[in-house]
Amino acid sequence: MELVLTTHFGNDRYRHVDTYVRLGGYAALRKAISMPKEEIVEEVKKANLRGRGGAGFPAGVKWGFLPKDLSRPRILVINADEGEPGTFKDRLIMSRGPHLMIEGIVITCYALTTHTCYIYIRGEFVREADIVQEAIDEAYAEGYLGRNILGSGFDLDVTIHLGAGAYICGEETSLINSLEGKRGWPRVKPPFPASVGVFGQPTIVNNVETIADIPWIVTHGGEKFASLGVEKDGGTRLICVSGPVKKPGVYELPVGTSLHSIIYEHAGGLRDGKTLKAVIPGGSSTPVLRANEIDVPFDFESLQKIGTMAGSGGVIVIPEGTCMVRSLSVLMNFYAHESCGQCTPCREGCGWLARILRRIEDGEGREEDVELILGVCDNMLGRTICPLADAAVMPAQSFIWKFREEFDQHIQEAKCPYGNRF
Amino acid sequence: MSLAFSEEARARFEKTLARYPNREAAILPTLHLAQREFGYLSDEAIQYVADLLGFTPAYIEGVATFYTMYNRKPVGKYHLQICRNLSCSLMGAEHLIEHVAKRLGVKPGETTADGRFTLSTVECLGSCGTAPVMQVNDDYYESLSEESIEGLLDRLL
Ligand SMILES: Cc1cc2nc3c(=O)[nH]c(=O)nc-3n(C[C@H](O)[C@H](O)[C@H](O)COP(=O)(O)O)c2cc1C
Ligand code: SF4
Ligand code: FES
Repeated sequence: MELVLTTHFGNDRYRHVDTYVRLGGYAALRKAISMPKEEIVEEVKKANLRGRGGAGFPAGVKWGFLPKDLSRPRILVINADEGEPGTFKDRLIMSRGPHLMIEGIVITCYALTTHTCYIYIRGEFVREADIVQEAIDEAYAEGYLGRNILGSGFDLDVTIHLGAGAYICGEETSLINSLEGKRGWPRVKPPFPASVGVFGQPTIVNNVETIADIPWIVTHGGEKFASLGVEKDGGTRLICVSGPVKKPGVYELPVGTSLHSIIYEHAGGLRDGKTLKAVIPGGSSTPVLRANEIDVPFDFESLQKIGTMAGSGGVIVIPEGTCMVRSLSVLMNFYAHESCGQCTPCREGCGWLARILRRIEDGEGREEDVELILGVCDNMLGRTICPLADAAVMPAQSFIWKFREEFDQHIQEAKCPYGNRF
Repeated sequence: MSLAFSEEARARFEKTLARYPNREAAILPTLHLAQREFGYLSDEAIQYVADLLGFTPAYIEGVATFYTMYNRKPVGKYHLQICRNLSCSLMGAEHLIEHVAKRLGVKPGETTADGRFTLSTVECLGSCGTAPVMQVNDDYYESLSEESIEGLLDRLL
């Protein structure tokens, strides 16, 4: 099986430039600087590389939204906020293969004529940020960053910016405000970052994994990358599997690998004789699936067809014996905690959802509560500045649609049938 | 005013400023630096950062309080932050939180009387494959069990 990213992740020295170069690193950059810039963008378009941060927007198309004239300097921002519950892959790239990301950054900046890049790393990742900083320092020392990179005349500076504990800062306009030193309030769009982004400059925001795929695409060509995946969704993905499986972890798999085989073959199936109850496929903001719905290829379109999303690739495995009300309650506490509070439907709605679920779980649910939750969801959907409100609604609605009887049982029996615990 | 950066922190601050086109963008990194230097962001620390960067303390405070990692109150020598999100909960985080709370005699959000430990619950730490997870200061402790967390607490006590 062809791997794009993780081939050498078992090698502890791969994070250092000498080993990275010995194993073929920065050859893609040498190739890129001999190519016309438009050709690099063209290869990325052909690759059908869809954003790995969650929304799945085609990377090459997004780059095309930059204004054509170069009078205003452009900025590339790498989203390493990795906050979506269930997702832990960018941390792996940064700690095991930081130069993949850096090489991707240099190629992308070269192709887009960008001389400034910020890597926005979540504040908790202190150790990962140290590793990335060391790799950046090495890249400067070896001439892969800084002035006149590899004699091409191209200059680039890369700076790490640490977040400070706010899930919402993963949303790209919130991230931009946070980078500017402000509170992480998402901005009203338009204008989109490609025209007015960081410091008012045209800005592209891409996820760590998206950018780390770029060197391989340049080396092997866009068509080859596209052929690893499915139609309109190319390459491999880092799939994160968590929950009580035998082998939780990150698996690099071709886009389109079946969710069933991700859980049962790659992650080894459930541990301790447990059986499967439900799966959240793409991080906590994506609609839940029942155990009998997982014979589905893991790609953006296939998952969308069955009413959920591939998101950031965070597969959360929920075993039989788990209370779905309690699980949803945990998630709604999270969204209520992380709502930035700018929009009334989100601020009030997330709070309501958390409170209603708490009382249902505590055996104090009222007969009308389930309908109340669905009503609150209707009032939140599509009425806010950023998609966080929708991100809370997706699990809330789907948990109720698919496990309604459990919610009703809690209310009728006035207690949690699972004993109020995980 | 009594608070001031050490020489090393001062040098890091100057280096940070040079990476941004304006002083506002240096607010987050400078707050991180101040928290490292002074332990937490007291009113004096906020005032110090405000003076360094040329903003009002109220403005800096408004930014700082948006982010959960900036502590406006003192925290213990070891800040135990246990993830309470779904993947960790599925792997026993609730029990772990109860266990640590009982062992230390504090509730989440509280600090032990000797100032050694603060216990907090936090949202997903981005390490769900090795749940349950706890961050202690800058380090992650992963795949925790009651036994392994006992061993860790013994070492930190
Ligand atoms: C609430 C919220 C949180 C997000 N968190 C992240 C994140 O942690 N990392 C990330 O790469 N994208 C995150 N995104 C998606 C970004 O807004 C953006 O789409 C992405 O960084 C673009 O990069 P990509 O096209 O390479 O995926 C989040 C979006 C929302 C609405
Ligand atoms: S939807 Fe929620 S998180 Fe997004 S801007 Fe509005 S209040 Fe803030
Ligand atoms: S849910 Fe605990 S680290 Fe992600």
